[in-house]
Amino acid sequence: MKITKEEVEKVAHLARLHLSAEELETMTTQLDTILSYVAKLDELDTTGVQAMTHAFSESNAFREDKVTDSLAREDALANGPCQNGEAFVVPRVI
Amino acid sequence: MKFETVIGLEIHAQLKTESKIFCGCSTKFGAPPNSHTCPVCLGLPGSLPVLNKKVVEFAIKMGLATGSDINRINQFARKNYFYPDLPKGYQTSQFDLPIVEHGEVEIEVDGKKRVIGITRMHMEEDAGKLIHDDREPVSYVDLNRTGTPLLEIVSEPDIRSPEEAAAYLRKIHAILRYLDICDGNMQEGSFRCDANISLRPVGQEKLGTRTELKNMNSFRNVQSALEYEVRRQRDILMEGGTIVQETLLWNPDRNCTESMRSKDDAHDYRYFPCPDLVPVRIDDAWIEEIRATLPELPEARKLRFIQEYELPEHDASLLTNSRELADYFETAAKACNQPKKVSNWMMTELMRELKGEELSTCKVGAEQLGSLVNMVETGTISGKIAKTVFLEMMASGKGPETVVEEQNLGQVSNESELLTIVRRIIADNPGQVTDFKGGKTKLMSYFVGQLMQKTKGQANPALANKLFTQELAG
Repeated sequence: MKITKEEVEKVAHLARLHLSAEELETMTTQLDTILSYVAKLDELDTTGVQAMTHAFSESNAFREDKVTDSLAREDALANGPCQNGEAFVVPRVI
Repeated sequence: MKFETVIGLEIHAQLKTESKIFCGCSTKFGAPPNSHTCPVCLGLPGSLPVLNKKVVEFAIKMGLATGSDINRINQFARKNYFYPDLPKGYQTSQFDLPIVEHGEVEIEVDGKKRVIGITRMHMEEDAGKLIHDDREPVSYVDLNRTGTPLLEIVSEPDIRSPEEAAAYLRKIHAILRYLDICDGNMQEGSFRCDANISLRPVGQEKLGTRTELKNMNSFRNVQSALEYEVRRQRDILMEGGTIVQETLLWNPDRNCTESMRSKDDAHDYRYFPCPDLVPVRIDDAWIEEIRATLPELPEARKLRFIQEYELPEHDASLLTNSRELADYFETAAKACNQPKKVSNWMMTELMRELKGEELSTCKVGAEQLGSLVNMVETGTISGKIAKTVFLEMMASGKGPETVVEEQNLGQVSNESELLTIVRRIIADNPGQVTDFKGGKTKLMSYFVGQLMQKTKGQANPALANKLFTQELAG
C-alpha cells in the first residue's frame, strides 16, 4: 500500500472535502493505484541528477513594474456569493 | 536559576513597487476596498501570474546589502491553507529555494557589538485585509493588498535580549530605507515583524519551547512584547511549569500577550513548487549591475560622518541609524557649516521635542535648523534664547528669523545700551566689586548673570564680558 486510509482522510480534511465511508474507500484505492504507477520512477537511478521543478528549461519570465487597469469593483465582486458592493462578506473569523 | 533568552525575528517588508508581484494592479495604500484587483490577484480560474522583475531586483539589493548569498536559481512554491484573506487557497511564496540565504548584520547595544545572522530572505505575496464587523458576526474582505510584494527576512535565533531585537529590527529597517525598497511604515503595515522567543537555562545547548509573538506594529511594541514574554516564560519555568508552544498576540492597550485561538492544522502547508512560475535564474552580470546601484549604506555613511564632519562615533552612529535623520543632518550641516553643533541640536532638542514622532512630521526643516545654529554663531541670538526660538519653531513651523523678529528676541549687541546696565550693576553691588578687585575673579560670572537677568538673556555674552572687564579694571 502506498497510502493509508488515515492519510487520505487527513488530506481530504486539509482540502475541506467531506468524504463518506464509501468514498473514502474508493479514493484510497484509486490514489494507491496512481501512486504505485508513479512509483515506477523510483526504479531509475537519479544519482547526480539535479532535481527540477519544471519539465522545460524556460526561466525568467518577467514583466516590467507597470500598473495596468484593475477590474471595476462591481466586476471584481460579481462572483462572490455574498458581498455588499464594497467588500466580500464572509462569516466572522477570529 | 539563570535563564538565557533566545529570539529570532521574521520580518515582512512590503517592497516599494508600483504594481503587484504577479499582476499589474496598483499597490497604492488607502484606495477604496477592492478597487485594485484583477483575475490574477483574485485567484480566478485560468489566470496566470507573471513575476514583476523589480521584486527580484529589490530582493537581490537587500541580499547584497547584508552580505548574503544570492541563489543563482530560485523557485516559487505554494503554501497551502484556507483563510478568507487568501483567495487562491495558497500563498505564492518560496520554500526550499529562496532567493537569498546566509547574510548578517551588525548591531550595537550598550556599546557592545554583535553580529546577527540572517537565515534567508524570500519573495512572496501579501494577503488581503479583513475588517470585522462590530455588531454582525461577519467579516469584510478587501483584496487590494492581495499580491503586494513582500520580502520575508528570517533571522537566526542569535538575538539574546529584547533590546537586541529592537536594535536588529532598526538595523534592517534602516537598510531597507537606505536602499529605498520599502517605505518602512509600521503603522500602515508595510514593515511588520513576528518574533519567536524561548528561554533556556544558562549553559544549556538545547533550545527551550518557543512561543510566537504577533501584532507588534511599532519598534516600542516589539520590545515591550518581548520583555513581557521573557517575564511570563521565566515565571512559568521558575514555578516548574512548561511553556506551551503557541501563537500569542500583543495587546498594546493591556500591555500583555494573549493566546490566539490556534488555526486548525496551521503547520501543514503542503508546500510544492508552483507550476505556474518558472525558476528565476540570476547570473553574475545581473548581480554586478545591481551592485553598482547600491547607495551608501548606514555603516559606510557613519564612517564618512566621522571623517568628513569630524563627529564622535556616538553621534555618527545615532544620526546614520535612519536615512531621514542622516539626510536631515547633512542638509542642516551644509546650511551652517557647523556639523557638531547641528548634531548636538538634533540629539538633544530635536529628539526630545519629536517625542517619538517621525522626523517627516517635524515642523522644523533641516535648513531652518541650520539657520538657527548660524544665528547663534554670528551672535544674533544667544544659545539660551535659541532654545526658546526652537520651541516656537516646533510649535508654529515658522523660520528662526521670523520668530526672533516677531518676539524681539535678538541679542543686544548695542554697546552703549549695555554699558548703562553694566554700570548700574556695578553701582548696586559694591561688596562683590570689592571682592572682585581683591582677586575673586570668579565673580565675573555673577556680574554677567546679573546682566543676563536684566536683559532677559538677550545680552551678547562676549560683549558683556568685555564691558565688565573694562568697567571693573582699575
